[in-house]
Amino acid sequence: MATTTDTAFTDAAAEGGVRRRDFIEIAAVATAGVGGLIAVLPLVSQMAPSKDVLAESTTELDITSLEAGQSIKAVFRKQPVFVRHLTPAEMQAADAVPVDDLRDPQTLAERTIVGHENILVVMGVCTHLGCVPLGAAEGENKGEFGGYFCPCHGSHYDTAARIRKGPAPKNLEVPAYEFTSDTTLVIG
Amino acid sequence: MSFPWAKQYEPTNPVMKFLDEKLPLPRLVFNAVGAGYPVPRNLSYMWNFGVLAGFCLVLQIVTGVVLAMHYAANDAVAFNSVEHIMRDVNWGWLMRYAHANGASFFFVVIYLHLFRGFFYSSYKAPREMVWLIGVVIFLLMMATGFMGYVLPWGQMSFWGAKVITGLFGAIPVVGEPLQIWLLGGYAPDNAALNRFFSLHFLLPFVIAGCVILHIWALHIPGSSNPTGVEVKSESDTLPFHPYYTAKDGFGLGVALIIYMAFVFFMPNALGHPDNYIPANPLSTPAHIVPEWYFWPFYAILRAFTFDFILPAKLWGVLAMFSAILVWFFLPWLDKSPVRSGHYRPLFRKFFWLLVVDMLILFWLGGAAAEEPYVMFSQIATAYYFLHFLVILPIISSIERPEPLPFSITEAVLGEDDKAVLGDNAKPAA
Repeated sequence: MATTTDTAFTDAAAEGGVRRRDFIEIAAVATAGVGGLIAVLPLVSQMAPSKDVLAESTTELDITSLEAGQSIKAVFRKQPVFVRHLTPAEMQAADAVPVDDLRDPQTLAERTIVGHENILVVMGVCTHLGCVPLGAAEGENKGEFGGYFCPCHGSHYDTAARIRKGPAPKNLEVPAYEFTSDTTLVIG
Repeated sequence: MSFPWAKQYEPTNPVMKFLDEKLPLPRLVFNAVGAGYPVPRNLSYMWNFGVLAGFCLVLQIVTGVVLAMHYAANDAVAFNSVEHIMRDVNWGWLMRYAHANGASFFFVVIYLHLFRGFFYSSYKAPREMVWLIGVVIFLLMMATGFMGYVLPWGQMSFWGAKVITGLFGAIPVVGEPLQIWLLGGYAPDNAALNRFFSLHFLLPFVIAGCVILHIWALHIPGSSNPTGVEVKSESDTLPFHPYYTAKDGFGLGVALIIYMAFVFFMPNALGHPDNYIPANPLSTPAHIVPEWYFWPFYAILRAFTFDFILPAKLWGVLAMFSAILVWFFLPWLDKSPVRSGHYRPLFRKFFWLLVVDMLILFWLGGAAAEEPYVMFSQIATAYYFLHFLVILPIISSIERPEPLPFSITEAVLGEDDKAVLGDNAKPAA
């Protein structure tokens, strides 16, 4: 074995400290390394939502019977969505708040669709830690600002579902949606 | 343990020094598969399959854990959840094909590993324990492979489960209650599927534990080699790293090319189309066969068609299990002090005859259960046991082996300084 090492050193000296075998070693280890990394890709990707989960990504709603002051709960991507038909009084209350005073400044108009400002669509997922806020069903606690109240950690949302008090950082999220007719909306 | 000239682990990095003092895990790796493990210098590619088998186990555990994230072990949805994996889960098709073909790949590697063990008598002293643990691993693999095949809950899954648990029904007195207990019912059903899934997940980790014992037991005497002559001095060995990590790495590359050719281009070649039909307890497939890696043993099972003192069914089951259990006695059946088949002319002939016999059994296990295959199976089965119980002990007592080289070094270089001048004739380099 001593002879093997001696030969290696002699060669290295002759070629300026670089052995021809260094190339083979680096190429082999690099190929194995890149191959290993590529093999990791499917192992990571398989945990992302599968095709059937992605296919559930739209929800169609008929709101013909939704009257002013009422809300309905729907399901979008296995999570609750609140659709609320705002009363004129609720819209005025929302517009009366100075936007600059809000934690997450947004006007009601920014959170609804032109022509349908009285229909407020938000995810029923508290932006604090993900509980479902109360206020969508008849007789539930609507919080101090008449919108939604999350019982887990006491976040109060107003009639435009904006955070007003409590630990939540953001307004309730408005999902992407559109009206396909005056009374039909598609979420997602 | 190791040879006195084994390289010592000497960390220079302070973090590694700290680790070495508190928990010498890098030292363990260094001594197990690093420069600290001296290995005979003459190992051929037949010594590649231990590392390959280890790779297969890791491959099966990784892909298996992934599949378990998407599979549902319930008889109502199991079949559909496998289709969900194939169609909906990102890369799910790759994970399933890699796992299913990985099982075949694993068995190919293990059969070649066993072939090496038989030819070079790897089971002989001082490596009996390595061999015994290896046979245990093989039995665990067979159980794991069988239960894994049941999980997709197709026709072959269902009827495989029924037939294999039926083997236990052959045991006198307790057989039938035992079979019902194993299945948790009168036929394979949700209870059986659930417990098979649980055990299929557990057993690979039991195998991993046995692999650690297998390697531990191996490293006490050190690896065997193609001459069967034990290591005598430093010139007989090379450090495992880089010499055998490089050689095994090359072998792994070649094996992966073959394996991937199956995974990507013929993923169902080793499977059975009937398993894409959902399990139906009211209809048995016309030609029911186990996975190819069980064929030799399946042929032995079916070879017994007549009652002789005991019922034929029981003979078949006993013979099938005995076909593997007899390997446990190999170290004591083959008493020849010479290990390598290269120096055993008579053994060598019968060794190849056994290989042919096993290939015939393999072919018969996949064939239909009708004449003339049944008669062939009976002859091949008889020869199989004759080899182990009669021929092998006789060979080892009457055979005159060819002269062995003085040392591994002499076998490789044609000369060994120490062979002529005695030990320490030349100062160690």
